[in-house]
Amino acid sequence: MYLLTVALPLLGSLSSGLLGRLLGQKGTNFVSCFCMGICFICCGFSFYEIGFLGSLCSLNGATWINSGQYKVFWGFLFDSLTTTMLVIVTFISSLVHVYSIKYMENDPHSPRFMSYLGIFTFFMIFLVSADNIIQMFVGWEGVGLASYLLINFWYTRLPANQSAIKALIVNRVGDFGLLISALLVFYMFQSVDYSTIFSIVPLLTKKTFVFFSYQLNSLNLIGIFLCIGAFGKSAQLGLHSWLPDAMEGPTPVSALIHAATMVTAGVFLIIRFSPLIEYTPIVLFTLVIVGSLTAFFAATAGAFQSDIKKIIAYSTCSQLGYMIFVCGISHYQASIFHLANHAFFKALLFLSAGSVIHALNDEQDIRKMGALRYFMPLTYSLTIIGSLALVGFPFLTGFYSKDFILELLQISHYTNLNKTYGLFAYWLGVTSVFFTAFYSFRLIYMTFLNSTNLSRVYFNKIHDSCFLMLSPLIFLAIGSIFIGFLSKDLFIGLGTDFWKSSIFSLPKELTFFEAELIPLQKKWLPFLITLLGFFTAASLNSYSNNFHQLFSKLIFFVHPLLFSLNKKWYFDNVYNQVFVVPLLQFGYRSSFQNLDKGFIELLGPYGLPRIVRTSSKNWSLLQTGQITHYLFFILLGLLVSFFTYNFNTSLLIFYDNYLLVLNFLYLGIFYPNKNF
Amino acid sequence: MLNLTNCISLSFLLFLVGVLGIFLNKKNILLMLMSLEIIFLSISFNWIFSSIYLDDISGQIFALLVLTVAAAESSIGLAILVIYYRIRTTITVELMNLTKG
Repeated sequence: MYLLTVALPLLGSLSSGLLGRLLGQKGTNFVSCFCMGICFICCGFSFYEIGFLGSLCSLNGATWINSGQYKVFWGFLFDSLTTTMLVIVTFISSLVHVYSIKYMENDPHSPRFMSYLGIFTFFMIFLVSADNIIQMFVGWEGVGLASYLLINFWYTRLPANQSAIKALIVNRVGDFGLLISALLVFYMFQSVDYSTIFSIVPLLTKKTFVFFSYQLNSLNLIGIFLCIGAFGKSAQLGLHSWLPDAMEGPTPVSALIHAATMVTAGVFLIIRFSPLIEYTPIVLFTLVIVGSLTAFFAATAGAFQSDIKKIIAYSTCSQLGYMIFVCGISHYQASIFHLANHAFFKALLFLSAGSVIHALNDEQDIRKMGALRYFMPLTYSLTIIGSLALVGFPFLTGFYSKDFILELLQISHYTNLNKTYGLFAYWLGVTSVFFTAFYSFRLIYMTFLNSTNLSRVYFNKIHDSCFLMLSPLIFLAIGSIFIGFLSKDLFIGLGTDFWKSSIFSLPKELTFFEAELIPLQKKWLPFLITLLGFFTAASLNSYSNNFHQLFSKLIFFVHPLLFSLNKKWYFDNVYNQVFVVPLLQFGYRSSFQNLDKGFIELLGPYGLPRIVRTSSKNWSLLQTGQITHYLFFILLGLLVSFFTYNFNTSLLIFYDNYLLVLNFLYLGIFYPNKNF
Repeated sequence: MLNLTNCISLSFLLFLVGVLGIFLNKKNILLMLMSLEIIFLSISFNWIFSSIYLDDISGQIFALLVLTVAAAESSIGLAILVIYYRIRTTITVELMNLTKG
């Protein structure tokens, strides 16, 4: 059954990909959805067995690489962390499969789409269930590849190509970090198995790695490179720029990849390596700083986007920041809990957005929407549920994880750890809460509540989506309402033994108990700020339909600020000017034009024959045809041989072959030659 | 008078005159052939002197052979010269430059 969870998505993908012509659209839809459904049921059982009954499952397969000390086996490790991820991934994936039956109904390539969805799910399952870092890397690269294929699904569109390449390359920066950390892990631990690595980590805290005579702490080094990998995949600040662009793919893809699964792989990596990262304070510090900055940056940048999917994409980025920085204060349980909850309401939001886009004939600009609540009441209510869950409305899913994260952050200055950076993250997190509420309700107002800006052609055709598209949304909405409450005690309850050995926190870092006892006013603060964000968005929208103009008239310096927020803090521009264009120019001018086709050609394949040719021409010019010149050479040769053979042997240096060759070359290079 | 130094110097000087006559002459190929004859003469003289000085007859035999060879050579050379003159109507050395490199 455990292997079935891995095999079934691959089976579904291959059958719909290779036999797509045979099965047809309906056939592939049925096969892939059936495979995913069975897979989800298997995952549910494994969650029951492993999570509730506590029977950890480890499967050892065939040898993959066997080279001296370096042994890699195909193996699968199903522990609490893996099964939690598995349930999330397969649940979201099966709903997305069902959703895309109708969403991609009119697409001529829907078998291919189903195949890509399946292969993506397969690689994600492969990633989370691997029992060594190398096999995990296979899944890691696989989801990157699958995301490329899915974003580039409409491959005739230029923006789709560009963003797919961007996603792949920016991810590859992170993958490089992960690869280096895998190599370092093998160098330090002589093993790549999780079980071996994690059991001997405490012994290696003092071990150093010498690099150019610098002594670097090995665990810190591994942790930093792991972080780079996680930042790339989880779109943290610095490597985030691919995520909003990846919205060029079809909307179910965005729901699957960029909300629930692929971007969570980075967070999963951090949580999986919690036994290692716990011993590296520098890495934890990095996680907190980068995560909180990401949360703040993405929340502000998302607040003034006008593309409905980009708003949600930035929201994802922001929530990933929460997950990362709560890892940084060693509360991995809260991180994965937020990950699980976030998967539900973010998939819900994306799929609702897809429903809206589908109804409006692929219109994504929220400035051209409005008043949709009359036409799509069900989508409207589902979006409301998703948004309320996202902003952490009490007793919905987001409340249990997000507010808990914010409470945990306030603890850090009560303890004797001197970790004041928790407060930094707290205030950035609270600011992000305001912006989260603001853009969520801005989206709802501009899409559903304001008066409409739609053209009349589309206006007459608006309809709520069919049952097959809405039923996954309803499931997700039920999840968004109840999952947080239902799984709170299981995942982050006080003294829960659900995670067992899959997550490790040092005892001195544990502040779960203190988090329950902070003053009530502080617990209220995030909720009050959410309300503030809501009222800001509501009052601005009620006051003016076009509140961008309102803003620009209101205060003179707000407009540039708004503009830079809309331009994502100019990150893309700066990246293009600092990295992309100089790198491309280096590749063309320096390495291609000057080195490959320039200097090396001159020294090698082009320059050497040229020297030989010119010098031979010059030498042949010595034959003037004048008999007296020939006589001169004859006499010269006679004299030279005469002197060299009869006089001192030190004169032989004039007869040296090397000198002769040098002379030859000299004549070739410097002899003025008008014929050439 | 006929000591070692004088004789070798004499033959060498004759040789040098011949060589320079060939080398410095740019106009007349007839002079070149004459200088060549001088070179042969100096060599023959050297053979003969060495033969007397070493008291060995083989030097004189070689001198005789060289004399024959020189005669044959000059006759063939003059023949070539005549043929050349018949074609080109000039015997200037400077203009014999058809075989450039």
